[in-house]
Amino acid sequence: MNKIALLFVGLTLALSTTYAQEGHDNGGSKKKVASVQLKDMEGNAINTAELGFDGPVIISFWATWCSPCKRELNTINDLYIDWQDETGVNLVAVSIDDERTKNSVSMYVNGKGWEYLVLMDTNSDFKRAMGVNNVPHTFLVDKDGTIVYSHNNYAPGDEDELYEELLKLVE
Amino acid sequence: MKKLFTCACLGAFSLVAYSQEEIDAGSITGNIESTFQYLNQDTLIGADQPAEKALLNTYMNVFYTKGNFKAGMRVESYLPRIQGYPNRFDGTGIGMRYIGYANDFVDVTLGSFYEQFGSGMIFRAYEDRALGYDNMMDGGRLILRPHKGIVVKGVYGYQRLSFQEGKIVHADGIVRGFDGEINLNQAFKALSDKKLDITLGGSFMSKFQRDDREDLILPENTGAYGGRAKFRYGKFTLDGEYIIKEQDPSTDNGYIYNYGHAALLNFGYSQKGLGIMVSAKSVDNMSYRSDRTKDLQDVFINYLPSMNKVHTYNLVASLYPYATQPVGEIAYQAEVLYTIKRGSKLGGKYGTSINANYSTAFQPNRDVSNVNPLDSTGVAYETGVFDMSDSLYWRDINFNIYRKFTKKFNLRMSYYNITLNNDVAKVTDGAKGLIQTNIGVIEAGYKINRKHSLRAELQALFIDDDKYGNINDQGDWVTFLLEYNVSPHWFFSIMDQYNYGNPEDALKLHYLYGSFGYIRESTRITVGYGRQRAGLFCVGGVCRFVPASNGLTLSFTQSF
Repeated sequence: MNKIALLFVGLTLALSTTYAQEGHDNGGSKKKVASVQLKDMEGNAINTAELGFDGPVIISFWATWCSPCKRELNTINDLYIDWQDETGVNLVAVSIDDERTKNSVSMYVNGKGWEYLVLMDTNSDFKRAMGVNNVPHTFLVDKDGTIVYSHNNYAPGDEDELYEELLKLVE
Repeated sequence: MKKLFTCACLGAFSLVAYSQEEIDAGSITGNIESTFQYLNQDTLIGADQPAEKALLNTYMNVFYTKGNFKAGMRVESYLPRIQGYPNRFDGTGIGMRYIGYANDFVDVTLGSFYEQFGSGMIFRAYEDRALGYDNMMDGGRLILRPHKGIVVKGVYGYQRLSFQEGKIVHADGIVRGFDGEINLNQAFKALSDKKLDITLGGSFMSKFQRDDREDLILPENTGAYGGRAKFRYGKFTLDGEYIIKEQDPSTDNGYIYNYGHAALLNFGYSQKGLGIMVSAKSVDNMSYRSDRTKDLQDVFINYLPSMNKVHTYNLVASLYPYATQPVGEIAYQAEVLYTIKRGSKLGGKYGTSINANYSTAFQPNRDVSNVNPLDSTGVAYETGVFDMSDSLYWRDINFNIYRKFTKKFNLRMSYYNITLNNDVAKVTDGAKGLIQTNIGVIEAGYKINRKHSLRAELQALFIDDDKYGNINDQGDWVTFLLEYNVSPHWFFSIMDQYNYGNPEDALKLHYLYGSFGYIRESTRITVGYGRQRAGLFCVGGVCRFVPASNGLTLSFTQSF
């Protein structure tokens, strides 16, 4: 009997401490950017969890065969200079084009004059790790690597909401 | 008693210690996708109502990482499977699971994994959930990064063939291989500031499958090997890969004992406002599966990229698409993208983009003059790399021009001229020989105000008569699509595909499909009703493959 009582005391003590700790720690449950080794268009290896930017980052999954993705990234491209000046944001365009279309990526990116960091997710490893169902899927990441907003669609005007979320981060 | 007391205290202590470290409790990510269909019988378009009437597919991925440790799994459920999925998928269970450890030097995975060597022509394990395609490896993988710019990979395992009664079903043969890649500029300090950037790589794969035939002596171990190189000099890139496959008699090649080859060359040039890409591919007898008796899309060890543009407009993408011919093809592709500067007279205020693309594929030349079919070698023909015949498989010439006229209005016009050899790359039972089509598309976008926008597409497909002067296949088509978006949460769309040129009056049908969706951050719910053709379907801001159906489709996706 005593043994059981003691066990309960021990467990209760442990659990209550755990809960007390949780009270002021909600950082553990936040979604971080997954760590996957990808290459940029020049073939440099880049770890997605260590992109090396100081400010906020937009991670946008796209493909050369996805019209709404291209609409989104072309629209943001027109606004990108202003966004960078105002918020210090960097955009990382993650192409999920596989071998079939990946050679069109640098052609498209340069042809459109995008200023983004473009990563090649040829076998969808990063897409899988980030829980992306379909493209376009855009994430907003704060300077600590925590995902604060995401949106799985693009319709004209969505860039305004993204921008508002971005402003909240730098205020 | 004392022991137990110590135990409880220790337990309490360790829990306290653990909870204090909770800042790094690890992270859980994943996603869920669920698709429900209620299907009607529609004999006119060949859409059958299944006995169950309603179908439900669901899968959920959960990935856990803490520090260097990782684990993940996927639960899949087919109650029963939706249309277009492999018909043997059924039940609910774990379709993928792994544990692993990774740091800067080593990355080890045990269980299920996806991987690709080089361009994938020797080995690629991947999934495409929308299609039900999944040839993942079940076994072990080791990746080493011993030095900057050097990556070595080893894989060993069985491939996933099917998912039955809630369990993974593996292919018959075991697959193993390794791959090494070195970027010279990163690996050697002396080369680090050279303008010419060089990456070299090599792979070896092997499969083992028991010889179960009494009438043939089959090689039980079949190897494949090859190398690749990638050069970059300023704005130019050039890369290539060459793979040889050893004797691999199979259902695909008719149990011949030829060696196979695959060669790929890509050239690219790009600068701001201009991109040029040229590719060439030569493939012969390169179907490489971990079960020699399988066909269609089952248990491919390798992946042969098809060399043509992936089209997105419904009539272009879904009616007469081309798939790569693993038994053999010689293919070429070229593409140019040019943006006329904004502010110039031709370019207008926002600039104008022009894109031109050309792709073609031919049958390889197969010389049988020196081959004795009765000898014991089993070699059926002789061919070489880029040795092509004049038998056309595919040709696609297309242009498109895009211009943003004002802040509110933009227009894209496209033209496609496509020729498909339906005898080889069969897409329809209704046509013989070459299918020749001309397709025109006008797409317009109009932004009503900050949150409301419209998008419309008008597509027309004209098919040439067959060689006897009859209407080929289903004749001409026209498609109209109207999409209304309310950013950031809603979309509504209606699409009508009208087969007005069908030779049979009863089949001059409208394929009407309406849908709407609600999107909130990473949650997406869509509802659609109507007739749908198979193909890559882009609506409401997302592209995915959808099979033919008539009925109600509900879909729910969530990332977390």
